Amino acid sequence: MSAGALASPQAWLRAQARWHPVEVAFWLATLAPYWLFPDYLVLASQIAITALFALSLDLILGYAGIVSLGHAAFFGLGAYTAGLAAKYGWGEPISGLVLGALVAGVVGYAASFIVARFRHLALIMITLGMGLLLVEAANSASWLTGGNDGLQGVKMWPIFNAFRFDLYGVTAYTYALAALFLVFLLARRIIHSPFGLSLRGIRDNATRMPALGAPSRAHLRTIYTIAAVMAGVAGALLAQTTETVSLESLGFQRSADVLVMLILGGTGRLYGGLVGAIIFMVARDQFSGNTPQFWYFWIGMLLIAVVMFLPNGILGGLAKLTASWRRA
Amino acid sequence: MIGPVIGVLFDGFAYGMLLFLLSVGLSVTLGTMNFVNLAHCAFAMLGGYVTVTLMNQLTWPFFATLPFAFLAAALVSVLFERVLFRRLYRASDLDQVLLTIGLAFVSVAAAAYIYGTLQQPVQMPPYLRGSVTVAGVSFAAYRLFLIGTALVITLALVGALEYTRFGAQVRAAVDNQRMARGLGINVNGVFAVSFALGSGLAGLGGALAIEIVGLDPSFAFTYLIYVLIVISVGGLGSIGGSFAAATLIGISDVAGKYYLPELGSFLIYLVMLVVLMWRPAGLFGRR
Repeated sequence: MSAGALASPQAWLRAQARWHPVEVAFWLATLAPYWLFPDYLVLASQIAITALFALSLDLILGYAGIVSLGHAAFFGLGAYTAGLAAKYGWGEPISGLVLGALVAGVVGYAASFIVARFRHLALIMITLGMGLLLVEAANSASWLTGGNDGLQGVKMWPIFNAFRFDLYGVTAYTYALAALFLVFLLARRIIHSPFGLSLRGIRDNATRMPALGAPSRAHLRTIYTIAAVMAGVAGALLAQTTETVSLESLGFQRSADVLVMLILGGTGRLYGGLVGAIIFMVARDQFSGNTPQFWYFWIGMLLIAVVMFLPNGILGGLAKLTASWRRA
Repeated sequence: MIGPVIGVLFDGFAYGMLLFLLSVGLSVTLGTMNFVNLAHCAFAMLGGYVTVTLMNQLTWPFFATLPFAFLAAALVSVLFERVLFRRLYRASDLDQVLLTIGLAFVSVAAAAYIYGTLQQPVQMPPYLRGSVTVAGVSFAAYRLFLIGTALVITLALVGALEYTRFGAQVRAAVDNQRMARGLGINVNGVFAVSFALGSGLAGLGGALAIEIVGLDPSFAFTYLIYVLIVISVGGLGSIGGSFAAATLIGISDVAGKYYLPELGSFLIYLVMLVVLMWRPAGLFGRR
C-alpha cells in the first residue's frame, strides 16, 4: 500500500480497485446457504438486508466521518414507501424498491443540507433528533402507517411475474442478495473513485480539504444522499420480503444496532458492515432466545471490548495480523 | 381558564427541574473534557435503584435514602472514570459514544437481571403525597418539594462555582484547559471531582424521578435522550444554560402532551432541532 502511494494517484486508485481473491471467495460463499443451510434462508435474507443497511452507514460514517444515530430514518422511509405501495394496489417488487429508494433519497437530500453544516456533538444530536421526529410522526399518522400495530395487508406480486415469495425464503434470499451485490458494486465504485478519496480526506482533516479546493459540504451532501438511497433500498427489501412494516424499522434501536454491527466488523473497509451484520445476526438468532435484555448485556460488553482492544473492528484486527505475518 | 395554564406551567417547570438535575453533570463533563458520556443516565438509574432498595428492603424513610443515592452514583462513576473513561479523553467522539453506550447496555441488562423489567413501586411519605391549593389552583406537594430541592442545588452550584477556589479551577478548565494546566491547576483531579459531583446529582435526580416518571431498566436510555436534548440546547459546560434549557424542554414537553397529545414528543424534538439550527453550540454555548 505504501509503495503504491508513491505512484500517481490514478495508479494508486486503480490498484486499490482491483478484485482481491478473498473478495471473490466471499461472494461465492454467499451462495453457500442454498445448499448448506436451506432451512435458514429466511434468516439469510434478513442478514443480506441488514448488511446492505450497514454498508450504507459505512459510506457516511466510515468514509465521510458523519456519525449518525438516526440512520434508521431512511431505512424506515424506504420500508414504509414500499409497504404502502404494495398495500394500496401496486405490489410489483422492483418498481416498489425503486420507489422506496427514491423517497428515502429525496428526504436524505433535504436532510443533507442540515447534516453537512454540523460536526461532533451537534451532529450526533441532529441526526438523533431527526430520527426521533420521524418515529413520532409515523406513530401519530397511524391511519396511514398502522402506528404501533405495524403496517398490515402488504401483498407482493411475484418478481418478474414468475418468482413467488415462498415460505422457505428462496426467492427472498435471491432477491435480497442480488440487490446487495448490485449496491455493493456501486459502493465499491464510489469508494475507489477520486470522489471517494476526497471523502476520506474530509474525514481525516475537515479544514484542510476546503483549503485544497475540495467542495467539502457538496461532497458530504452527495454521499449522505447516496447513503440514504441505499438505506431506503434495504428498508424496502425488508418490507417486501416480510410483507409487514413496524415502527421498529424507524427506531433508535435499529440505528444503534447497525452502528454496533459496523463497529464490530470495522468501519471504512467496505466489508466491515457485511461481516459485522453476519456475525451480529447469526449470534442474535442463536443466543437471544426469549430474553432480549441479556442479549444487550453481551452487546454492551462487546462494544466495550472492541473500543478498548480492537479499535478497527474484526477486519482491522485481521488486516493488522496479516500485515505482521508478511513482515515476519 | 387561567388555572389549567398555571397548572401546566407548574408541572412543566417541575419536570424541567428534574431534567436539570439529571443533565447538569453531563453538561459540565462535556464542557470540560469533551467527553461524550452516554452512560450518564445509567448512573442516574443506579441512584434510583439504591433508593428503591433501601426503602423497600430495609424500610428506610425516603429522605434518608437520598444521600446514599447521591453517594452511590458518585462513587461508582468515579471508579469508571479512573478505570475506563480517562483512557478515551483523547479518542474520537465515535469511540467515546461506543464505549459509553456499551456501558449503558450492560447497566440496563444488569438492572433487568436484578430487579426485573417491571416498574418499581415506592411509597412516598404522607406529607409529600397531598397537594397545596393557592387561589383555586392546586399544586402537588411532591412537585413543590422537587422544585425547591432543584433551586437550592442550583444556587449552591452557582455559588460554589462563582465564589470558591475549586469553582474558579473548574471555570478555568472549561474555558481553556491548556492554560489551566499551565497555571498548575490539576485539571485531571478537578475533572474527576466534578465528574463524581455531576454523576452524584444524576443519581439524586434518578431517585427523585421515581415518583414522577417511574423507574424501570429502560430509564438509562429513555432519559438519556431528554438529557442530551437539554445539554445540546443549553450549550456545553454552562449551568445557567442547562437550567434555561431544562425549563424550556420541561414546559414544552408537558404543554405539548397536555394540549396536543396526538403529537406525543414531537414538540421537544422540534424545539431542539430549531434551536440547534439557529445556534449549533446551544443557547448559552460559546463554541
